[in-house]
Amino acid sequence: MINTSSTLARVTNGRKNRSKRWKCVASLLCLLAVAAFSITLTLGQSFTPPQDVINVLLGEHVPGASFVVGQLRLPRAIISLLVGMSFGMAGVAFQVMLRNPLASPDIIGVSSGATAAAVFAIIVLHMDGSSVAFFSIAVGLLVALAVYGLSYRNGASGARLILVGIGVSAMIESFIVYLLSQAQAWDRQEAMRWLSGSVNSAQIHQALPLILSLLVFGGFLLSRSKDLEALRMGDDTAHALGVRVGMTRITVIVSAVGLIAVGVAITGPIAFVAFLSGPIAVRLVKNNGSLLIPSGLVGACLVMGGDYIGQFLLPSRYPVGVITGALGAPYLIYLIIRVNRKGGSL
Amino acid sequence: MTLKHQLVVDHLAAGYGEKTILNDINIDIKPGQITSIIGANACGKSTLLRTMSRLLSPSSGHVLLDGRSIHNTPTRQLAQTLGLLPQSPIAPEGITVSDLVSRGRHPHHGFLSRWRKEDDEAIAKALETTKTTELLDREIDELSGGQRQRVWIAMALAQETGILLLDEPTTFLDVAHQIEVLDLLVDLNQTRGTTIVLVLHDLNLAARYSDQLIAIRQGQVCANGAPNEVVTEDMIHAVFGLQSQVITDPISGSPMVLPIGRHKRIKHT
Repeated sequence: MINTSSTLARVTNGRKNRSKRWKCVASLLCLLAVAAFSITLTLGQSFTPPQDVINVLLGEHVPGASFVVGQLRLPRAIISLLVGMSFGMAGVAFQVMLRNPLASPDIIGVSSGATAAAVFAIIVLHMDGSSVAFFSIAVGLLVALAVYGLSYRNGASGARLILVGIGVSAMIESFIVYLLSQAQAWDRQEAMRWLSGSVNSAQIHQALPLILSLLVFGGFLLSRSKDLEALRMGDDTAHALGVRVGMTRITVIVSAVGLIAVGVAITGPIAFVAFLSGPIAVRLVKNNGSLLIPSGLVGACLVMGGDYIGQFLLPSRYPVGVITGALGAPYLIYLIIRVNRKGGSL
Repeated sequence: MTLKHQLVVDHLAAGYGEKTILNDINIDIKPGQITSIIGANACGKSTLLRTMSRLLSPSSGHVLLDGRSIHNTPTRQLAQTLGLLPQSPIAPEGITVSDLVSRGRHPHHGFLSRWRKEDDEAIAKALETTKTTELLDREIDELSGGQRQRVWIAMALAQETGILLLDEPTTFLDVAHQIEVLDLLVDLNQTRGTTIVLVLHDLNLAARYSDQLIAIRQGQVCANGAPNEVVTEDMIHAVFGLQSQVITDPISGSPMVLPIGRHKRIKHT
């Protein structure tokens, strides 16, 4: 008991350093997101001077810029930002809760379920607007429950859940292709949106449901962030630390599925954004705090960056999902090899 | 923590699904003492500890903490009195010792509450008690098995509970580390007055380190009391189906079980 005061100082320092590191990473990611947002607004097929961009944002009419920035680039940038945040937060919530990077909603069928629902609602039932989102949330939840139920045997094991999810996901994806092939009027653009995700048809009014979903579902997730952190040490330990494990699980599943479904109903399942954001955020944040916000910011950067690359930096134009898909696939292979070797953790 | 908490198991039955594992268990855990639960593999001793720490709900009966059923107590409130170290806790990859230990403060924090000085003090004290101060900035993955177990115990200590349950805390440790962990538990018991309940495999260590022994056989309490009363040749045969000779441990004076196998006996001519 001689050194208690020096131990105390070290403990306090360690804690302060951790929170400093978290704030540092979060601010850097914020800056990166702002940079990606600004580039999307100013630099496309043509360059728009920042002054003009600001004037357009302030509501002034600038010949030429008003259309290009206000009508084309701004909706794209905003929808990319919001959808990226939604996918990033939802993805990491699932990965942390199930303690496995493969357990992201776009691997275990939740995203494809929500997408299939959106396609069905739009193409077959001719629904639009918020009803599509609600339908998509409902089906997304149903798929999540089905995957959970099918993998349940004396408790849901992570590995079984992921395998069942991959199977369910493959089934649903073939259903999406079938739906698209049956649709009477569909163009390539539309089909691409539902197969790999795209922000090509982004419109400014679509931002509202995304903002609401981030506020409600994202807020729920953030209110559970400490419990989620405790779950990383195993269900038993979390339980012992006073986490209501079942309750936390339900809140997380419903909120994450909500975030995914609302996003998917607008842009389609932008490939691997939910899957990639968490692991990238973990490498930046380490164990210095909650991963939800950093992962959301990573997701936003991925979608904005991927969309920009797809539009302007390649010989022909690709939707954002093709780019993020190309980024995610090698990582998926790497993960499967690594998980096989040493067991997975985020 | 001067307050002694009363943990009582009352007509408890529990199991998984249709399968009943525990049947009509009645136990009084003596406050401020060390109690070990012993028994053969699959006899239900871990199930008992899991039910006593509300990881598992009973199918009938109660576990009462200070007269109140733990399965009806808000889990966060319970976590301030009843601590548990599960058999295989998971350390998030790359986490440092001080970070892990600080997570023991979870039950003392609500959704928006700020970190207080007493939180850091509890962590520092837990590190001192478990002699893990030197490891403070190290990553868990780099530590030896014994060090790692001490760090997990430190996390449970930072929780500052009057009762601490441990599920086989010495499994996978070599004999020196087993002693180190058990000595640490006695320190805790003596300096902080913590009531300790643990599941142990090693009979002789259980007899040496416990004030109370509970022997479980096929989901029922077979013997319960001080090691001197409980550890007899008949009890060992009933619980483990093993022939043995019980002598007095020359080091501690507690009973010591010498198993008798079919081979390797001194030939009497």
